[in-house]
Amino acid sequence: MSARRTIVYWTGFSVILALLIVAPFALPEFWRRFLTEILIWGLLAMSSDILIGYTGMVSFGHSAFFGLGMYGAAAALLTTRPPSLGLAILYGLVAAAAVAAFVAYFSTRLRDIYFAITTLIFSQIFYVIIFTWTDLTGGENGLTFSRPALGIPGLFSVPFTTQTLYWFVLAIVTASYLVLRRVTQSPFGMVLQSIRENETRTRAIGYPVERYKIVAVMLSGLFAGLAGVLYAVQNRFAAPDFVFFLVSGEVVIYNVMGGIGTLVGPILGAGVFLLLREAFSRFFTEFYLIPLGVIFVAMVIFMPQGLLGFMRRWLNR
Amino acid sequence: MLEQILIQTINGIVAGMILALVASGLTLIFGIMDVVNFAHGELFMLGAYVGVITLAATGSFWLALLVASLVIAALGAAIHVTALRPLLGRDPLNTILATFGISLVLQNYALWQFGPVARKIQEPFTGHFNLFYLEYPWYRLVIAALSAAIIGALWLFLKYGTYGVWIRATTQDRVMAQAMGIPVPQVLTVVFAIGAGMAAASGVLFGPLVGVNHAMGLDWVLKAFIVVVVGGMGNLGGSIAAAILISLIESYASLWVSPAQAIIASFVVLILTLLIRPTGLFVPTPK
Repeated sequence: MSARRTIVYWTGFSVILALLIVAPFALPEFWRRFLTEILIWGLLAMSSDILIGYTGMVSFGHSAFFGLGMYGAAAALLTTRPPSLGLAILYGLVAAAAVAAFVAYFSTRLRDIYFAITTLIFSQIFYVIIFTWTDLTGGENGLTFSRPALGIPGLFSVPFTTQTLYWFVLAIVTASYLVLRRVTQSPFGMVLQSIRENETRTRAIGYPVERYKIVAVMLSGLFAGLAGVLYAVQNRFAAPDFVFFLVSGEVVIYNVMGGIGTLVGPILGAGVFLLLREAFSRFFTEFYLIPLGVIFVAMVIFMPQGLLGFMRRWLNR
Repeated sequence: MLEQILIQTINGIVAGMILALVASGLTLIFGIMDVVNFAHGELFMLGAYVGVITLAATGSFWLALLVASLVIAALGAAIHVTALRPLLGRDPLNTILATFGISLVLQNYALWQFGPVARKIQEPFTGHFNLFYLEYPWYRLVIAALSAAIIGALWLFLKYGTYGVWIRATTQDRVMAQAMGIPVPQVLTVVFAIGAGMAAASGVLFGPLVGVNHAMGLDWVLKAFIVVVVGGMGNLGGSIAAAILISLIESYASLWVSPAQAIIASFVVLILTLLIRPTGLFVPTPK
């Protein structure tokens, strides 16, 4: 990146971040929650962008990582008194990482469409297990719990308000973005991108492609689990619906709408999708997916690089 | 116990034949067009709904079966022309995304049009025969036979029909087929229509066994995906064998656990397949 582009990038980053930080002062309660939700779904979409956009593997199983993050957080919040935020994050990440390791071991043997189908079926396995293991997971009803307080043990502890929760989520999403951006620019990220461009050649050069793919899936699953923890903290419940593969499908939609391989694009895509959903459900009530699905199919056909890619090309012209 | 096992064997084969009918449409579409059809379950579901409507209007089950297949085949052709033909030549992953979008639209359309209450299709005849302590309905055996007949007809069509030969030629080498004067885009549309019609037929046949509702396609498309992966993508014979194998395993498993958990058995088959032979159980060893 040239010096000028670096300056432009960081200026844009700071302006957007500053706008997001002051946003809750200008927004009513409903929209604060809504923005928090966009950020959480955006984090989930961003995590799957590591696979879809950078490694060229379309995962239809991100709901498993997201859901396990949720149930992991639920386990921590239900068993420890008082509920601890740190433990919730820890449990959620461990659960998501364990599942990601399991899925990665099997699914990375396969490529392209087979990878997509396998990840989908794996997420369904976890869905069925969670749905039928009623004693542990509450089955269809899911689990409800109280929200932990924001704090560091022994130092301070304040209960979350909508505003502080928003800032907390914003901080985590921003940090995740910076970490993931660094990862994609690291030698490791370069290898992932070369797998996307030409897997055979990457193998021929001597990179252990399978190992890189496994790490990529685990990294992606870890951040998806983090999104699950945040969602659990925000909504104070965990439900099997979030492990169902339709959630994974929506995550892929966010990616395609926003623009894959950009990290910011998926967050934008999540924002656009949720806003459109909000707008359409005023007119179509629960059938909002009909117009949204049509828009999505049209975007796949006519705008495969997504909103961000489209804007970028338009700006460059 | 032995009786139960025998009964479950018959149940498994019946379910397996329907699953084979769904999966053979899916594997046909994949093998020939490189399209992973996420909307296949929705075509199955809409087929069942068209069957419900035709049955209510005419009272004839067989007419309903025919009309549903034709209507959904036409719908499949329309979907292919509008949404999938523009994606020709792009990465097959694009077709997953497009068909996923289509499945969302169709599923919600069905919910909007027909409401959340399950409908029932009356079976064409209600005879039973005695199977140990059970009164086993003849209809179930008829479904299995009919599914087998439809798949057999498909096979004959692919083997001897003009379009069948074109379809096979397109599978082997799309560019060469085009050069020989075969209208490749039309052939692909016909393939998609045939697959859609087969999904609709299985929807109508299966309708009497369970209720018809807007979400019924979800379970089936997942099972069909498992079958297609276990049988080897694009392999008709393998899909049929895998469908029966998986349905048998699920029936046996449901002797011990609830049917909802029996699905895990087929997941296990899938994982083992991926470990031992990622290309599919019923295909010759790849070179």
